[in-house]
Amino acid sequence: MAEPSTHKRPPFWRNQKYLNLIWQLLFLVFIIGFIVFLATNAMAGLNRAGLGLSFQFLTNRASFPIGETVVSFSPSDTFVRALYVGFLNTLKVSIVGIVLTTIVGVLVGISRLSSNWLLRTLSTWYIEIFRNTPVLVQIFFWYFAVMLAMPRIQDVNANYGFIISNRGFVFPWFDANSSLWIWLALLLVLLIAAFLTFKWKNKQQIEQGKKLYPSLWLIGVLIIGIGVGYLVLGEFPASLSLPEHTGTGSVGGYRFSPEFAAILFALVMYTATYIAEIVRGGILAVPKGQIEAAEALGLSSSKILRFVTFPQAIRTIIPPVTSQYLGLAKNSSLAVAVGYPDLFSVGSTTLNQTGRAIEVITIMLLAYLTISVVTSIIMNIYNKYTALVER
Amino acid sequence: MKKWMVNGMVVTSFAALLVACSEETDTPAEENGGQSANSGNTISAIQDRGELIMGANDQLPGFGYVGSDGAYEGFDIEFGKVMAAAIIGDADAVEFRPLSAQERFTALQTGEVDMLIRNTTLTLNRDVEIGLNFGPTTFYDGQGMMAPSDSGIETLEDLAGARIGVEQGTTTELNLADQMSKRGIDFESVTFSDQDSLIAAYESGTIDAWTTDQSGLISRLETLQDPSGHVILNEVLSKEPLGPAVLDGDDQFLEIMFWATNATIQAEEFGITSENVDDFLDTEDPDIARFLGVEENLGEQLGLENDFAYQIIKQVGNYAEIYDRNLGADSPFELERGLNALYTDGGLLYSPPFR
Repeated sequence: MAEPSTHKRPPFWRNQKYLNLIWQLLFLVFIIGFIVFLATNAMAGLNRAGLGLSFQFLTNRASFPIGETVVSFSPSDTFVRALYVGFLNTLKVSIVGIVLTTIVGVLVGISRLSSNWLLRTLSTWYIEIFRNTPVLVQIFFWYFAVMLAMPRIQDVNANYGFIISNRGFVFPWFDANSSLWIWLALLLVLLIAAFLTFKWKNKQQIEQGKKLYPSLWLIGVLIIGIGVGYLVLGEFPASLSLPEHTGTGSVGGYRFSPEFAAILFALVMYTATYIAEIVRGGILAVPKGQIEAAEALGLSSSKILRFVTFPQAIRTIIPPVTSQYLGLAKNSSLAVAVGYPDLFSVGSTTLNQTGRAIEVITIMLLAYLTISVVTSIIMNIYNKYTALVER
Repeated sequence: MKKWMVNGMVVTSFAALLVACSEETDTPAEENGGQSANSGNTISAIQDRGELIMGANDQLPGFGYVGSDGAYEGFDIEFGKVMAAAIIGDADAVEFRPLSAQERFTALQTGEVDMLIRNTTLTLNRDVEIGLNFGPTTFYDGQGMMAPSDSGIETLEDLAGARIGVEQGTTTELNLADQMSKRGIDFESVTFSDQDSLIAAYESGTIDAWTTDQSGLISRLETLQDPSGHVILNEVLSKEPLGPAVLDGDDQFLEIMFWATNATIQAEEFGITSENVDDFLDTEDPDIARFLGVEENLGEQLGLENDFAYQIIKQVGNYAEIYDRNLGADSPFELERGLNALYTDGGLLYSPPFR
C-alpha cells in the first residue's frame, strides 16, 4: 500500500506554475502601464496646446488635389476619401510589385543555380548590387537617373502604341466594353468546365493507359466557349486602346506615371534579390538524392525543376517570402520621396493641413497593419496548402 | 573567375551607382536634444538654457538656407536672430533646426523647437486648429507659378492638362486646387516632400510647371541651370503673409515676438540703423529714448532687458538692412520692396507705437 505522501506542496510563490503566471502578469501590467503612460503624456501635451484627440476633421473638405488616383477624387472630397485614395495607391503599387517581384525573384534565383556561366554571373552581380544598397537610394536612382533622364515627351513618337518618355511609360491597354461583367461570368463557367474536362480526360488517360492529351482538351473547351460567347454577344469583353500622342501628353492606353514607375521598379528590383536568394536556398535545401533519382528516371532538367525540385522547395520558400512581401508593402511608404501619392504621402499632407499628428499616424499604422495581416493570412493559407501532408 | 575579382567588380559597380545617384537628400531633423517648450514659462526656460531653438528652412536661398560656410543665412534666419537678441541679448545664441514643410508644425507642437520661422503663411486654420500663434507678418508674399519660357505657357489657362509640381504640406497645395477649380482647369498635381526633388523633376521636364510663393520662385530661379530659360507667370494665386510663429498658450512669448519684430520696423521708420544706433543713445527725442530703453522701462514690462530694441538694432539691424542684405538691392535677387515697404512709402509695414 502506498504510504500517505510526506511530500508537502510548496507554497505558491515557490511553485513554478504560479511563478510563470505571476511573472507574465507583471510583465503585462508593465507593458500596459507604459502604453497608458505614453498615451496620457501625449494627451496632456495636446491638451496643454488646446488640442484634444478628435477624428472630426476626417469629414472636412480635403481641399488638396491628388495627382494619381485609382478611384475618382477631387479637392472637394473629404479627408477620409483622400486617405482612402492614398490607401488604394499603396495597394496598387504593393500588389503589382508583389506579382512582378515574384516573377523576377524566381527567375533570378533559378538562374543563379544555372549551369550557364553568363546567366549565373549576371544574376550574382544583380543580387549583390541591389541587395547591398539602401532601397531609398535606389528609389532616387530610378526616379532621377532613369525616369527623369528619359527623352522629353515632345521629342518622342508613339511606336506600335508604346510611348516611352519622361512622362512615363504608355502602353496599349484595354477599354472595358458594356458586356464585361457577362463575359467575366462566362469565363468563370468556362474555366470550371475546362478544368473538369481536364480532370476527366486525365482520369481516363490513367485508367486506359492511352495518351488522350488532356491539356489540349482544356484549351479546346476554352477556345470553343470564347468563340460561342463572341458570336452571341457580338463583342469581346474589352477592346484594345492604342495610346496617341497629343503634344504634351497622350490619350488612351495605360500610363505608368514616372513616379509610379520609379517606386515600382525600385521596390521590385530590391525585393526580388531577397526572393531570389530565398528561392536559391529553397532549391538547395531539396535533398540531392531526389534530383539524382529524377535524373536516373530520365526526366529532362525542366521537368525535374517543375515536378521534383520546385514542389519540395516551395515549402521552405513560402514563410520567408511572406516576410519579403510584407517588407515590400511597407517600403512602398518611401514613395513620398519621388512624389507618388501613396498612403503615407497623402497621410502626411493630411497631417500637415490639419495638424492632427496622432490621429493621422494612428490611421496610417492601422492601414499598414491591415495590409500586413491580410497578406500574412493569405500566405499562411497557401503555406498550409503546400505543406507536407503526413500520413 | 577568381572570387576577389568578382568582389572587386561588384564594389566598382556599386561605386558607379553611388556616383550616378549622388542626388542630395534631405537631412533629417536632429533628434530632440533640448528642453521642450512649456507653455507659460518658455521665456525663462530659454533664458536658463541660454539658447533659443528655432525651426528653420535650410533649402530656400534668401529666406533660410545653409551658406557655403555651413552657417544658416537668410531673411527668416535674421528674424530668428532678432528674437535671440531680444530674449537673451545675444543674436548668435540661437540654434537652427532644419524642418521640412510637413515637419514644422509637429516640431513646434511637441516642443522640439521653441519657435518656427520658416516662410510659414498665416492662416486662420493654423492659428486655431493647429494651435499656433503668429507674430507680425515679416514678408507679404503671393503664390506664383514658374514654367519654361519655350513652353508657350503664359496664363493659368495654358496649364490645362499639365503636370504641376507642388511641395507637400503647404498652403500652396490648397491654393492651386482652389484657383484651378475656380477656373475649371483640369491638371495633374505631383506632390514632393522636398523642394530639391521638385526642382530636379521640373528641370528634367517631367512636370510642366511648379508653384510656390513668388519670393520662393525668384530665389530658386538663381539656382536653376539656365535661369534665363524660365518665366514666372504674371498671375498671383493667393495672399501669403509670412511670419514667425510660436505655440498657443504663452502670451509673454507672443508679446515679445510681436514687439521684437516690430522694433526692426520702428527702427527703420526712425532712421536708426546698426551703424548709427549708438549716436541715438543721447537723443533728445523722447520717442527714440523710450524705444532704445534709455528712458522708462518698456523692456522690463515685457520681461526683458530695457535695451532689447537697442540690442536688436545693434546686433542685427533694422528691417531695411535685413531686407536689403538677403532679398533686396545687396542680394542676388534684387527684389523690390513692394508691399514690404513702410506705410510711409506706400507699403504695409506699420509698427504700433513703442510707449
